[in-house]
Amino acid sequence: MTLILDGVSVRQRGETWLDDIRLELPNGMTTLVGPMTAGKTTLMRVAAGLSPPDSGRVLVDGKDVTGISVRKRSVAFVYQQFINYPSLTVHENIASPLRLDRRFDREGIDRRVREVAELMGIADLLGRRPAELSGGQQQRTAIARALARPVDLLLLDEPLANLDFKLREQLRADLKAMFAQSRSVVLYSTADPNEALSFAAPTVVLGEGRVRHVGEVADMYAHPPTLAVAATLSDPPLNLLPGVVRDGRIECLGMSFPAPRAHVDGTDLILAVRPHQVSITRESPGALALPAEIRLAEVTGSATFLHLLLPGRRHLVAHLPGTQLFTPGESTVVYVDPAHVFVFDATGERLLATGAAEVDLHG
Amino acid sequence: MSEQTTVAGSQVGGEVVPATPAGGSGAAETRADPKPRNNRAWWLVLPVVVSVAFTAVIPLMTVVNFSVQDVFSPSDRIFVGLEWFRSVTRDPEVRAAFVRTLLFSAQVLLLEIPLGVALAVVMPRRGVWMSVALVLVALPLLIPWNVVGTIWQIFARGDIGLGGWTINNVLGINFNYTLDSTDAWITVLVMDVWHWTPLVALLAYAGLRSIPGPYFQAAQIDGASAWATFRHIQLPRLRGVLTIAILLRFMDSFMIYTEPFVVTGGGPGNATSFLSILLSKIAVGQFDLGPAGAFSLLYFLFVQILCYVFFTVLTRSGR
Repeated sequence: MTLILDGVSVRQRGETWLDDIRLELPNGMTTLVGPMTAGKTTLMRVAAGLSPPDSGRVLVDGKDVTGISVRKRSVAFVYQQFINYPSLTVHENIASPLRLDRRFDREGIDRRVREVAELMGIADLLGRRPAELSGGQQQRTAIARALARPVDLLLLDEPLANLDFKLREQLRADLKAMFAQSRSVVLYSTADPNEALSFAAPTVVLGEGRVRHVGEVADMYAHPPTLAVAATLSDPPLNLLPGVVRDGRIECLGMSFPAPRAHVDGTDLILAVRPHQVSITRESPGALALPAEIRLAEVTGSATFLHLLLPGRRHLVAHLPGTQLFTPGESTVVYVDPAHVFVFDATGERLLATGAAEVDLHG
Repeated sequence: MSEQTTVAGSQVGGEVVPATPAGGSGAAETRADPKPRNNRAWWLVLPVVVSVAFTAVIPLMTVVNFSVQDVFSPSDRIFVGLEWFRSVTRDPEVRAAFVRTLLFSAQVLLLEIPLGVALAVVMPRRGVWMSVALVLVALPLLIPWNVVGTIWQIFARGDIGLGGWTINNVLGINFNYTLDSTDAWITVLVMDVWHWTPLVALLAYAGLRSIPGPYFQAAQIDGASAWATFRHIQLPRLRGVLTIAILLRFMDSFMIYTEPFVVTGGGPGNATSFLSILLSKIAVGQFDLGPAGAFSLLYFLFVQILCYVFFTVLTRSGR
């Protein structure tokens, strides 16, 4: 089973929502990650056949299905909101997609409903109505409804976004195991980079209606090809610093480190550092020491987020382990190891180096 | 509060009592009145009390007063107990009007609720046509009630009314609401449907608009038919507004007065003399204040009770 989006574009009221999307999705799970308004939901709706693209084609197993209504396709969809039929019981809800499927008779439906209910841990709630369930149970019902019928294409649009943290962790683990051996194309969208990373599946990064990059999420995290991909996969957000090439070294706020390859003097660069790579102790001899003023320390218990002001009124966040106490207004020095700095060109379109090591992603 | 008071009192006692005897009385005073009282806030409630008493409680009590007396003149009256209640409930004319009104309300609900919901389902959801449809549907609600009556009185006439003329001369059906009691009944019923279905439609429309789009997409993905979508998504989500629509339409149709009064005046014969028309005949026409008072109270109570029953049944059946 494969799904191909061939040059799909969607425009609404003069705005481009999807711009020439070209993707080939194999069976098994693919993660779709991007910030809000990246076009994730629009892409899924087009893939499902819920709304037609303005241009481009959608192919399932090589067959063009662009104009075919969702009713005639083999699709299941899970929404961010918990969508179930309010007047039907959990059992009837899960059975609803099977009713019109000739492969299932009455007994077959009942067996299948119990099977997926067992899988989703809601086997003891089959007689209840959605209004009598908690949010997590409602979403489990909605997911069970989507899993009940074997489909070509299973779409999950931020299914865990409206659940509380604990339930989210638990359901995520369940889903990961479930999709691993799936024969359908499973497309799972999320705005949460940590969720995308924890699924460790082939990942599509979407931004402003365009495909930013496709690949293994761990690779993308280690070597983000563009600043946009690095930013999408960083939570808390990336720290950005200005850099400039001088005498074979990269200068940043008065400090400098050797440039990994020859650059023309005076070239402007963008340096990106993840907050957890900023420390308050010198951990390597080559680390850049940056003078900073402490603005705010947010303590979450397991971590402390230190908000700093660097010279030139640049904002920097350090993600430090454990509970650490600081006094706002005091001056300090923070350290950044050049080995952990992503060096982008001035447009952010090209990764020139990850720290000291040279990368060559664009040939 | 009392604990704090005790602490404060003992402090006063501990410091002041050894020095002067007057301190003891000070401590006692603190205990007796822990916090100063101020009843001036009652003045804020007064306007409401006065206006409700003046506009609702006193008029209602006057009716109660009349209902238990036989009034010959303002100075000449005797107490008759529940006599009027007995005579009103046994009066065949009142009983017939009661059955007639109940039947009318039942027919109004059976016609207006499904029709209103159907209208709401087919009304456009966006674009210019949404505004056009909303204005057109809301139009009958903006017409004064006696004007509605006048419109229909003319519209349904066989000689000069467009509706009545069409039925008589184009469809070839003999239709005359001033002579035939069935025709009169149909005229009043259709007029009410024309006047009030828009209210149900607007309520249902608002209810339908509040259903999130993904519900319909989910139904589409399941291959659900339009009927199944209506039955399992739209109708359950309309429960709240339909409860309100049924209550409003029942109360209003059970108390209908102006429109039939203008169109048929309760006739021909008694064919369209509903409870309110009969009541005004007794109270204003014959000036029988005693029976009219008893009648009013029973009427009022019945509407209250039936509304309570409707509300209870409709809100419970969904759980």
